[in-house]
Amino acid sequence: MEKQKFTDRFSTVFADQNFFKKQKRIALKNCGLIDPENIDDYIFANGYTALATVLSEMTPEDVIKSVKDSGLRGRGGAGFPTGIKWESTAKQVNDEKFVVCNADEGDPGAFMDRSVIEGDPHAIVEGMAIGAYAIGAKKGVVYLRAEYPLAIKRLQKAIEDARKANFLGKNILGSSFSFDMEIRLGAGAFVCGEETALMNSIEGKRGMPRTRPPFPSVSGLFDKPTLLNNVETWANISSIIVNGAEWFSSIGVGKSKGTKVFALAGKITNTGLAEIPMGMTLREIIYDVGGGIPNGKKFKAVQTGGPSGGCLTESMLDTTIDYESLTKAGSIMGSGGMIVIDEDACMVNIAKFFLEFTQSESCGKCVPCREGIKRMLEILTRITDGEGQTGDIEKLEELGNMIKKASLCGLGQSAPNPVLSTIKNFREEYEDHVNNKRCKCVVCEKLITYTINDKCIGCSACRRSCPVGAIAGLPKEKHTIHEDLCIKCGKCFRSCKFHAIDKTSIAKEQK
Amino acid sequence: MSTIKVFINDKEYTVESDITIMQACDTIGIKIPRLCYHPKLAISSGCRICIVEVEGMRNFVASCSYPVNEGMKIHTNTDEIRKARKDILELILDNHPKDCNACVRDEVCELQQLASTIGLRERKFEGVKREKYVDDSSPSIVNNHEKCILCGRCVKVCAQIQNISAIDYANRGFNTVIVPAFNDKIANSICTLCGQCVNVCPTAALTEKNYTQDVFKILNDKTKIKVAQVAPSVRVAIGEAFGIPAGSNMEREIAHALKLLGFDYVFDSQFSADLTIMEEANEFLERLNGKGKLPMITSCSSGWMKAMEQFHPDLIDNVSTCKSPMSMMSSIVKSYFADKIGKKSTDIINVAIMCCVAKKYEAQRPELAMEDGAHATDYVITTRELAWMIKSAGIDFKNLKGQDFDAPLGLSTGAATIFGVTGGVMEAAIRTAYELATNKPLENIDITSVRGNEGIKEGSIEINGQEIRVAVASGLGNAHKLLEAAKKDPNKYHFIEIMACPGGCIGGGGQPYAGIRDLPFDPKLVNERAKALYKADELNKIRRSHENPAIIKLYEDFLGKPLGEKSHKYLHTHYKQKFPKGIIRKSKEK
Repeated sequence: MEKQKFTDRFSTVFADQNFFKKQKRIALKNCGLIDPENIDDYIFANGYTALATVLSEMTPEDVIKSVKDSGLRGRGGAGFPTGIKWESTAKQVNDEKFVVCNADEGDPGAFMDRSVIEGDPHAIVEGMAIGAYAIGAKKGVVYLRAEYPLAIKRLQKAIEDARKANFLGKNILGSSFSFDMEIRLGAGAFVCGEETALMNSIEGKRGMPRTRPPFPSVSGLFDKPTLLNNVETWANISSIIVNGAEWFSSIGVGKSKGTKVFALAGKITNTGLAEIPMGMTLREIIYDVGGGIPNGKKFKAVQTGGPSGGCLTESMLDTTIDYESLTKAGSIMGSGGMIVIDEDACMVNIAKFFLEFTQSESCGKCVPCREGIKRMLEILTRITDGEGQTGDIEKLEELGNMIKKASLCGLGQSAPNPVLSTIKNFREEYEDHVNNKRCKCVVCEKLITYTINDKCIGCSACRRSCPVGAIAGLPKEKHTIHEDLCIKCGKCFRSCKFHAIDKTSIAKEQK
Repeated sequence: MSTIKVFINDKEYTVESDITIMQACDTIGIKIPRLCYHPKLAISSGCRICIVEVEGMRNFVASCSYPVNEGMKIHTNTDEIRKARKDILELILDNHPKDCNACVRDEVCELQQLASTIGLRERKFEGVKREKYVDDSSPSIVNNHEKCILCGRCVKVCAQIQNISAIDYANRGFNTVIVPAFNDKIANSICTLCGQCVNVCPTAALTEKNYTQDVFKILNDKTKIKVAQVAPSVRVAIGEAFGIPAGSNMEREIAHALKLLGFDYVFDSQFSADLTIMEEANEFLERLNGKGKLPMITSCSSGWMKAMEQFHPDLIDNVSTCKSPMSMMSSIVKSYFADKIGKKSTDIINVAIMCCVAKKYEAQRPELAMEDGAHATDYVITTRELAWMIKSAGIDFKNLKGQDFDAPLGLSTGAATIFGVTGGVMEAAIRTAYELATNKPLENIDITSVRGNEGIKEGSIEINGQEIRVAVASGLGNAHKLLEAAKKDPNKYHFIEIMACPGGCIGGGGQPYAGIRDLPFDPKLVNERAKALYKADELNKIRRSHENPAIIKLYEDFLGKPLGEKSHKYLHTHYKQKFPKGIIRKSKEK
């Protein structure tokens, strides 16, 4: 491939769309630009230069120092300083060590890891080879979810091509360093994204988290010292080596250096992946990069960090995106999910949605998560069904706070976040559901009342569509809905062509 | 050993540096509540009951697994911790039936005791409960999902101590259950029915199949002759169920209590243990003289027999053809003894009181049936079940005067007593085999190399100039290890004793639940039980099976000679490879 052609492609992809203007691409630098199934493309885009530099010019200590100095932190969610993790794994004396890539991306609506592997698989191979050199490992494993067939295919090809080109295998590029890697497929359990459960799963055991300590850097995969990083973290490594730690640490803010890829989803104009430098505000990413809320609706909240994160309100939109600020605001960075919620959404319902997810993904090992989240979900369901009782909100808080502090792994420790943060920021919505049996946003099915207004011409379309015979009325006369019989399925509402059916949620005492 | 300073509840202590917070607190006399923890099993930190607060840590810390470090400030009893523990316990109880009064573990339930310790006084979060499901397919063990709290001790004991892994977690989250492979019934599974899972279960999720009601019914049947037999290890453990210190020998009280319950004859399985030794020692000497395969392996343990038929079918010819003492006794009662009292075998009901749940399965093996197809042993009840029957019948067990077992099948030697402890069968067999082979008295009959609580033991003795190498294993995990070594080098041992349960029968799956403050199969408890058996052996005037006058008379009157025709009919059996779900049938085998 000629150099000219490469820049052509670059300009056609990036053009001058607003979406890209505020982005800075490190992890996604090659995505969409190179042919991911062609190793030459990757090499042409400066690929494997970092590995060659490391093997020819740097000692393992140099590499670790570089990663430490760069200020890179784990992109999987917790934000642990990557260099320190590398250093403590390197310190372990053991004949056998492993490097592992966590590609078990499970947050609903998140696809950062998938895009990196599908668009730039060699970046992972190169990053892991560098990590292995730094800590003294000979073997790497990528734990990739089976639901990503294209990613599996491309990464497999990348590994094979790299092996042929001696970027993997024995005596890589003529050095004394040997390293090889393989892919292990996950079977679709969210909890296997937790590092210790992931390692159990690779070992062929049931995917349940182990207690820590010992940490993986001391006793990880097959009880050997293991360096485990997330896809995006690995994808940053080669750029740090090539451009230097100083360059990397010049991007970002405070203790959060570099960039972060976010998956913009929900009520936002530009859905998709955006890699932005740390330190940008939520407002900038939502309105400038994301293009704001569509259909002229008002912004209500943004959920960062996927099902484990929290909901942030309008008043927090000027929070900068970095690990500390997001935590302080009551959410987390997480792996980069960003779901924008507009004024039409019921926050109790949103919290219930996330809790349904974590509840069904709990592994069942520890009591707070297994039993507690189930009970929280029961209470939430009760509230959205209009059967909430006085004290339910306090029960949710009590259980949520206990589960956060007492659960065994990150899944349980973060599962109550969506509930706790929505209670904190939208308590009046909860109270409205519990005390008035009303859902102001007209979302919670059982709290909705359907009535027929004067626009009704008596066409009987609604009467015919009603599955329970709750609508009565003579032809050409205004129809009525028997509320006692109505099951709130909404069929009449959808069948009416004259906007004659009102969908409202009325407070109990006003009825 | 290096030490460090820690602060526990604001007081400074010096503790060992390589222990957990829980261990550190144990040493200073604070017992943190715990549930899934067991010192002999891997730590999983799943129940979260043992959480404590550590200053500087964002979350609570599971004290069972978290190591202490220098200057650590630990709080075990703050308001927040107490509240969190209460919430966690409530969450466990919310998914557990509220039928304590109708539960087989009422009063001996660890969960009940924990609730009392934690002081739960209100229930706030109740909701749906897990689905009802009772697997009573097996004659030995019942799995009641409704009562399971998923502490995982059963899974761990099965995998880590017994090396069987018959049960494991299935499904996830709130739908998690503990089941045999393929979600099948226990009866179809590879479970060896050793009952160690029952021993460690804190609730009534895993219990023995209870036959006490059937036995009470039969005791009221005037048309039948009711015969009881009592295993050696029952007598040194049953007292624990009545608050009598571990290691008290209650054999006279048991005999008395059984009579009060309505049994017509109370015999001693130790008699048939002597009988087993007569047959087994002679069988061993025959094999030693070239008739049959070596090493010979014992066949007394029912759990081991099922394990052998599933996992070591290649050893079928190595296993002694002797029935277990229980089955020998039952056969003799329904033949020799029935004749003696002028009754038919069908008039007799044999009830065996065993420390074992696998014996319930053994009793139903078709190859051990009498000629008419009826089971030789009609009912097997565990030590626990007998203790309950005694209480239920209002018998003041502690203050009974006690009486002897009935003659002639109640007379036994010290050699038979030690059948109840690992290494005991081996020791008893050596005592008899040596003297039968050499016609000389064995000078030191305490064969200490096969004694003790280690999982695998080895010893040797010279018989007529030949070194006889023996080995003993207790616990199926240890048994697998020993047998793999024996298979690698077939000449390594001449004689091997295997017991399915750790410690032998005294650690059996049917023994009383450990006191609430002791842990299940606490090594201290097992040691006390063992000591009591060795002491009974020492105090017995006759310590060699072949010197038991009742045994000598049985051979004179009925059996003829060891390994004779009648012996083969009543005292020996055969084995067949078994294929439960999970054991793959090779194409050659039919």
